[in-house]
Amino acid sequence: MSARAASTLGRTGRARLSALGVYLLLLGGSVVMLIPLVWLVRSSFMGLGQIFIFPPEWLPDPWRWDNYPKALTTIPFARYFANTLLILVPTVVGTLLTASLAAFGFSRLQWPGRDWVFGVLLSSLMLPYAVTLIPTFLLWARIGLVNTYWPLVLPDWFGGTIFYVFLLRQFFLTLPRELDEAAIIDGANPLQVLRHVVVPLSRPALITVGIFSALFEWNDFLGPLIYLNDSRQFTLALGLAEFTGLYTSQWHLLMAAATVVIAPVLVLFLFAQRYFIEGITLTGIKA
Amino acid sequence: MTRTGGRTARLSHHRRREVFWGMACAAPAVLGFLLWQVGPIIGSLYVALTDWRIAARPNWIGLDNFQQILTGDRLFRKSLAVTAYYALGSVPLRLLAAFALAVLLNQKIRGLPIFRTIFYLPSIVPLIASSVLWIWLFNPDFGLLNSILVPLGFPRSQWIYGSSSVIPALILMSLWDVGPMMIIFLAGLQGVPRQFYEAVEIDGGNPWHKMRHVTIPMVTPTILFNLILSVIGTMQTFVQAYVMTEGGPDNASLLYVLYLYNKAFEQSQMGYASALAWILFLIIAGLSVLLFRTSSRWVYYAGR
Repeated sequence: MSARAASTLGRTGRARLSALGVYLLLLGGSVVMLIPLVWLVRSSFMGLGQIFIFPPEWLPDPWRWDNYPKALTTIPFARYFANTLLILVPTVVGTLLTASLAAFGFSRLQWPGRDWVFGVLLSSLMLPYAVTLIPTFLLWARIGLVNTYWPLVLPDWFGGTIFYVFLLRQFFLTLPRELDEAAIIDGANPLQVLRHVVVPLSRPALITVGIFSALFEWNDFLGPLIYLNDSRQFTLALGLAEFTGLYTSQWHLLMAAATVVIAPVLVLFLFAQRYFIEGITLTGIKA
Repeated sequence: MTRTGGRTARLSHHRRREVFWGMACAAPAVLGFLLWQVGPIIGSLYVALTDWRIAARPNWIGLDNFQQILTGDRLFRKSLAVTAYYALGSVPLRLLAAFALAVLLNQKIRGLPIFRTIFYLPSIVPLIASSVLWIWLFNPDFGLLNSILVPLGFPRSQWIYGSSSVIPALILMSLWDVGPMMIIFLAGLQGVPRQFYEAVEIDGGNPWHKMRHVTIPMVTPTILFNLILSVIGTMQTFVQAYVMTEGGPDNASLLYVLYLYNKAFEQSQMGYASALAWILFLIIAGLSVLLFRTSSRWVYYAGR
């Protein structure tokens, strides 16, 4: 009896110890992950003099709040922000509309060859973007639409990226078919089924896709870099790169500008975290 | 009776129109696939066989571009070697880091959502912003890394400014962004049935046995998935090199897609760049096939 009690004690003791170890590792990992961001924010509030002190100081003294207005006016960030939204909003709307339409057609309606066609479309996930980049550019150049937002927006009105169709389809497949049939018996056509049955039940998946596609546009660098040459049309990502080229060694201003580009994304992530996690988990399930 | 009659009538009416509606709903995506994927792939092959430049009329030159790339292009070989070096360092280390973090997060202890948020956070940072941030972190004189490492007795590294340290520096930076991979691993780990671990415990196994004989075999499909996606992604790394190093110093970070970009959009050699793109395409496709082929030896699929 007592031997058994001792062994139980030993086991809980060991479990506590290993839990402590896990915590220490998690804490260490967290510090490593967060320290670059701390360095970013700390530098963005410092004067140039304090940034170049060695060994480095961790707290700004004084706090230079004016770094931000200075950084945001040396380059027309307000315009870049508006430009980014001009691309982002129609892209997200187009993606949501056409990707949910396609996902509906590939999951809840039966037609010959459906899954085969979807498999072929899905294969484009493996396709390197580098291959399609040049001919697509030449096509837009031929039509004369380089230096407009069309090349960045229009492709997303064709189902967006197949990845989004895939995510939505995965989700649609989990909804019971009886719901569709009930609506059809009530006289609904397929579009009405999508609009009044499937979409209201799929809000989490739609939000996930909306967030992913908005983030992609916010972060996209190569697309704007290739298609936009006129700096009045630049997006935030391009603007930040331009800023970096012009103001090397103005680290306080660069970090302030970078913080402004990062902040909205971080806030979105903190509030909508579960959609990120669920969306990515849904991708992994395929594996 | 009439009610059921109307019911079946409506359903069968629906069945007849379902094919039409199904194809109609899928049509935009199929059209997009043809317009933005199939068309450009064929177009790319055609452009690769010409001396296409933006201003001049293209001439058909057959395989000349490919021949020149494979026999006389020193920078092609350099960029391929740089890319291979980067991928061979980055992919395994990121897989390992993501897996380790996922294992830690899969423990039953408090505060996990907070840690998950923290580990994922860097992946959310726009690549252009993290590139700007890391230029500063890598600053040899006043950057974060040397500020921590030099007082600890490490030699002062030049990071992205040294031709031998630039790729290791970029690999280190890539380790900051393991969030999505970690989440996919976590989902895989959570799918491992508890009974398997209990069976190991009954046989007197320790945590290492659980890892070696249950966890790792059960998540091999997830490893394969992450491996293939990260190989495809890493081989096409562009923004970091473009923004942080411009391929330098001394072409030591001339990643393949950066070289391709320079050829196409700086020197406007569209034909040559398309040939480069096709070679990359073949390399990536070859690697994917190779990974799938070998996977039957090490990937364990439950129920097979």
